[in-house]
Amino acid sequence: MNYNERLSGNEAIAFAMKQIDPDVMAAFPITPSTEIPQYFAQYVANGEVNTEFVPVESEHSSMSACIGAEAAGARAITATSSAGLALMYEMMYVAASCRLPITLACVNRALSGPININNDHSDSMGIRDAGWIQIYAENNQEAYDNFLQAMPIGESPEVRLPVMICQDGFITSHALENIVLLDTDSVKQFVGEYHPEHYLLKKANPLAVGPYDLGCHYMEHKVQQAEAMKHAKARILEVAKQFEALTGRKYGLFEEYQMEDAEVAVLLIGSSAGTAKAAVDQLRKAGVKAGLIKIRVFRPFPAEELAQALAHVKVLAILDKAESFSANGGPLFSEVRGALYDLKHRPRTVGYVYGLGGRDITPEHFKDIYARLTDIANGGELGPVYTHLGQRG
Amino acid sequence: MKENGLIEFRWHGRGGQGAKTACLLLADAAFCSGKYVQGFPEYGPERMGAPITAYNRISDVRCSVHCNIENPDYVVVVDETLLDSVDVTHGLSPEGAVIVNTAHSPAQIREKLRGWQGRVCTIDARRISEETLGKNFPNTPMLAAAVKVSGVLEEAKFKKDMEDSFHHKFATKPQVVAGNMAALVQAWEEVQAG
Repeated sequence: MNYNERLSGNEAIAFAMKQIDPDVMAAFPITPSTEIPQYFAQYVANGEVNTEFVPVESEHSSMSACIGAEAAGARAITATSSAGLALMYEMMYVAASCRLPITLACVNRALSGPININNDHSDSMGIRDAGWIQIYAENNQEAYDNFLQAMPIGESPEVRLPVMICQDGFITSHALENIVLLDTDSVKQFVGEYHPEHYLLKKANPLAVGPYDLGCHYMEHKVQQAEAMKHAKARILEVAKQFEALTGRKYGLFEEYQMEDAEVAVLLIGSSAGTAKAAVDQLRKAGVKAGLIKIRVFRPFPAEELAQALAHVKVLAILDKAESFSANGGPLFSEVRGALYDLKHRPRTVGYVYGLGGRDITPEHFKDIYARLTDIANGGELGPVYTHLGQRG
Repeated sequence: MKENGLIEFRWHGRGGQGAKTACLLLADAAFCSGKYVQGFPEYGPERMGAPITAYNRISDVRCSVHCNIENPDYVVVVDETLLDSVDVTHGLSPEGAVIVNTAHSPAQIREKLRGWQGRVCTIDARRISEETLGKNFPNTPMLAAAVKVSGVLEEAKFKKDMEDSFHHKFATKPQVVAGNMAALVQAWEEVQAG
């Protein structure tokens, strides 16, 4: 039931979509996610899926079409990147607050300007507060696996939230790599059918979706949404367990790599975690107690779990692939630091912004970071905590 | 040899010449031989004729590194006019080789390689593809030359896998399968080392 293939990250996502065969896909092409609707449109044209494909005129419309379809009781998906995600901004909040578990494949790309087509996380980080679950991948395998888990998480009655499955543009979306796929029957069985309790076209129980809300109710609805995001954490772990039983591949809220006795650690999101692992392997051979944490789930944010995993670390570097112009470090830096605050003996932390607009990061960069952390652990100066990695001048 | 049998390739070509396709074909062939592979181009604004770079990692275990390749074992140059503007052997392993698509000899090409001391291999991929396919599609002969020089894949298995792959790829135009196989076999024989 598991079989070996070689696919790019975009091919892997399109194939997962084909195996799931959702009711509706609405999409507008944008680099580097274009291939996803392109491949999926071929599946539609070949009659390999039963999906209604809606080729809209903008991303605002693709998200609107997904909202309409999902509210009507259908399972809807889309894919986008960068400016496309930015154009969806208004409707992203509508999808989440209407509690419509749409699935979005986000192929992360920098936002303008200057205009740039390469990878960083400024698009999905910019929309982190819209109320969507956000799950990130290191490689094509994780992108595929995460997409298969999206619907069982988002559609679960205690969650009912839309899910964004993110991967790094070009770095994984356009890289051909080995992948283990599930047969389609197993996928269909794992993902299941979508049978919402309430929906627009249910004659027996007419429903209004997205009406005006006064101050006397608005806050209660927002609290319900916030509660759903809290519930999502347990559901994500439950689905991961079921997925592991099916595939043997283990997932959590984050991955801990060589963390058990780590004294210095790096924490980051996405494909660069794989590059950092190579540095950790080399440092471990040299006797350095280096470890790494790769965030898989950024929304809901695993604050308590991270605090526990990092309690024994002396110095931690938190790496953001997005510049949030807070003049105080990136979003991951702020949230992780906040998560550590209540620890009795918390690690010292430094933040880096890296990889903007596709700037490459190598194992050597990570070795330099670990060397700085080791120096701090040995009593060296902490130095500036908000710096940019590998920039010139 | 790097850890876990890792062999790294860097491809230099011009947009539209098929360097990316050749890179993906190499990944495909290595996958068929049971290897772990990465095949990825370096993306920018895509323009016909602009210099492009693509990379392969081929290994016995899954490779987690996701950055560009700075120290390749082999460099494949699909367009020799790039030798004037690009330092193609930059970072290349001294035990490795550079493989250039050219009608010139390895000794003549070496003069353009800015002091490179390692192996220089040449293949006239343009002539081979014109003879076998009737057009200048250099990627199949370049792939054959890269596989032969590097020894990354076993010959008979590679040729058989490529034939299967061509049948699959050209399902709608099977007439080009024989030409591509002829290009592959001819390139395997003709590649020169110096």
